Amino acid sequence: MENLLLIFEAPALGVQLVVEGILLGAIFALAAYGMALVWGVMNIINIVQGEWVILGGFVALGVSQAGAPELLGIPAAAVVLFAIGWLCYRLVIFRIVDRDLFTSILATFGLSILLQQLMNELFGSDVRTLDPGLGTWFMMGGMVSISQVKVLGFVLAGVIAVALTLFMRNSRMGQAIRATAQDARAARILGIDTDRVYAFTYGLNAAICGAAGALVVMAFTIHPYQGLIYTVRSFTIVVVAGLGNLPGVIASAFGLGVAEQFAGFTLGAEYQNAFVFLLLVAILISRNMLLQRQRKYLK
Amino acid sequence: MKSIKNLGLCLTSAAALGMAASAASAAEFDGTITLGAAVSLTGKYSTNGGHTKNGYDLAVERVNSMGGVEVGDKTYRIEVKYYDDESTPARGAQLAERLIKQDGVKYVLGPYSSGMTKAMAPVTEKYEVPMVEANGASRSLFTQGYEYLFAVLSTSEQYLASAVDLRAELAEKEGEKPSDMTVGGAFENDPFSQDIRAGVLADAEGYGMEMVIDDKLPPEINDMSSTLIKAKAKNPDLFVVSGHSKGAALAIRQMADMQVNVPMLAMTHCDAAQIIQKFGSDAEYTLCASQWAPSLSYSDDYLGKASEFAADFEAEYDYAPPYQAAESAAAVLVYVDAFERAGSLEPKAVRDALAETDLMTFYGPVRFDETGKNVAKPMVLYQVQDGEYVVVAPTKWAAADVRYPIPPWSERK
Repeated sequence: MENLLLIFEAPALGVQLVVEGILLGAIFALAAYGMALVWGVMNIINIVQGEWVILGGFVALGVSQAGAPELLGIPAAAVVLFAIGWLCYRLVIFRIVDRDLFTSILATFGLSILLQQLMNELFGSDVRTLDPGLGTWFMMGGMVSISQVKVLGFVLAGVIAVALTLFMRNSRMGQAIRATAQDARAARILGIDTDRVYAFTYGLNAAICGAAGALVVMAFTIHPYQGLIYTVRSFTIVVVAGLGNLPGVIASAFGLGVAEQFAGFTLGAEYQNAFVFLLLVAILISRNMLLQRQRKYLK
Repeated sequence: MKSIKNLGLCLTSAAALGMAASAASAAEFDGTITLGAAVSLTGKYSTNGGHTKNGYDLAVERVNSMGGVEVGDKTYRIEVKYYDDESTPARGAQLAERLIKQDGVKYVLGPYSSGMTKAMAPVTEKYEVPMVEANGASRSLFTQGYEYLFAVLSTSEQYLASAVDLRAELAEKEGEKPSDMTVGGAFENDPFSQDIRAGVLADAEGYGMEMVIDDKLPPEINDMSSTLIKAKAKNPDLFVVSGHSKGAALAIRQMADMQVNVPMLAMTHCDAAQIIQKFGSDAEYTLCASQWAPSLSYSDDYLGKASEFAADFEAEYDYAPPYQAAESAAAVLVYVDAFERAGSLEPKAVRDALAETDLMTFYGPVRFDETGKNVAKPMVLYQVQDGEYVVVAPTKWAAADVRYPIPPWSERK
């Protein structure tokens, strides 16, 4: 309670919390786009999502260790992860596309364990971070600080959202993806190579996650077992937003980020996650009640 | 049937190998003492599990090359039988059982981390097999009445208590009252860090300091900005962070990013997180709790001075030994000392000898109280000064004065 009063006494703190929340939310949004896409198009709940994020971080680390500028790590991670995602589809994911949801959860869960151990073997279990050499902006007399790399994440989240929307609407592949999402069988009859569409979708998901991971390693820290955070956040965001609802994903990601910050500040960091999940349950219950009311009305 | 045949073949060849090995060593030694250890070679503790194993290996190798262990009128070489506990406590307990029941191990070296030690201790206790451990610092390990568990390291509630003492000392030096100081803390929500919190709380209370921030960080932490915003708002005179390597790395990273100014910052796991190598000047002024430092003046017959151990370790493994490796090596020395004093290889006799240990090692003095924890060795506090760890507390061993207060970020670099 005392902390809550503090926000009213010093509004700059509230501003800082909102800013941090939105910037954090932007990175969650990046991780969640792909999950919404894969869930919507392939009907797969991709538990390995967080591992793609972390792997992207390691790629960015590798790029900077090779002497390239740090920021080049973001596109590099996206490209490498696209290839890995594609490969992963060809090896594993294609077998589970038509199966029930439970099979896909199990398979991707297995993949996530495998990847965690592989990353641990390859890169070690140390906590890693990368300084992109960007600074921090200050506002309101130094009370509010904005890390520039997080702003970059925010901008990237916006750019990718717009690009993704345009791509889905206008390009042949985007149209094929939408058609496949609507009815895979009909799409096949109409001559769409759905296998290719799936592989592309999965690769695209991994690529966006990879870019997110490059940002994570620059703004926060990564280690091989940290993927679950991003999987769980993406899942929460997609559940709240609904499938195939890109603006919804962004809105709920920002909401999640801000809610986390305020919960952490007022209730203490230990309740940060608990609060977010309570919020999720509350949203699901209230939505269910709303739907029930609509159903009654239809009768 | 085929698999049974294969198993038979495996067993025969393993037995043959074993015989060959013991035949080779019989030339110099009268026998072999096997210590059993389950350490984390994979999974989330694999880095520190590796440090643990390297520490054990270096000490074992040294003891063997210096003539082995004399028990009564016989000399033995020692060897360690390792298993990988995969960083999962349940697996650790299984492996302890396997070491004792299947492999016939009579003495156990501890795993890495309090959680793993907690899982294995009931097993070694059940079979009355001594366990000397070097990496389980949790207070709760020593409140269970275990009789076969001995720990060479300082327990966790002492980790950052010295930082509170230092804060009080500095306040008095400046003519302020220690009771006017405020303390902010962020502790991971796991048994180890919560013990550290208990120690800090007890010490702060002793001085009458107020805890203005007391956050429990979630174990799967990826962002601690809400806690740091609190630190900005409340300006504690001492800010302490304990969240293993990731907590340390994240705190330094985000404090620099958000330019959080505190006059004094203390944390655990600095060297495991390699804050100097990774964060450079951002890590300056940070106080780090450590079990051990290579610059301390302790020494023993096997591994020499603390600094010699550090040099030998680096020559062998190509990295400077973190304290996890040093304390692990010390655990082996404690066993060697106990074997020699017991004059017998009977686990009960060895256990009694362990209980009466009063040994000086390169890692520090070792003397166990009735609960099995080492009460002879104090914790040290480093400060990062010009890219080096320098011991600043306790003042008795301090190599330099603490740099205080930390200048604001706007004046740094």
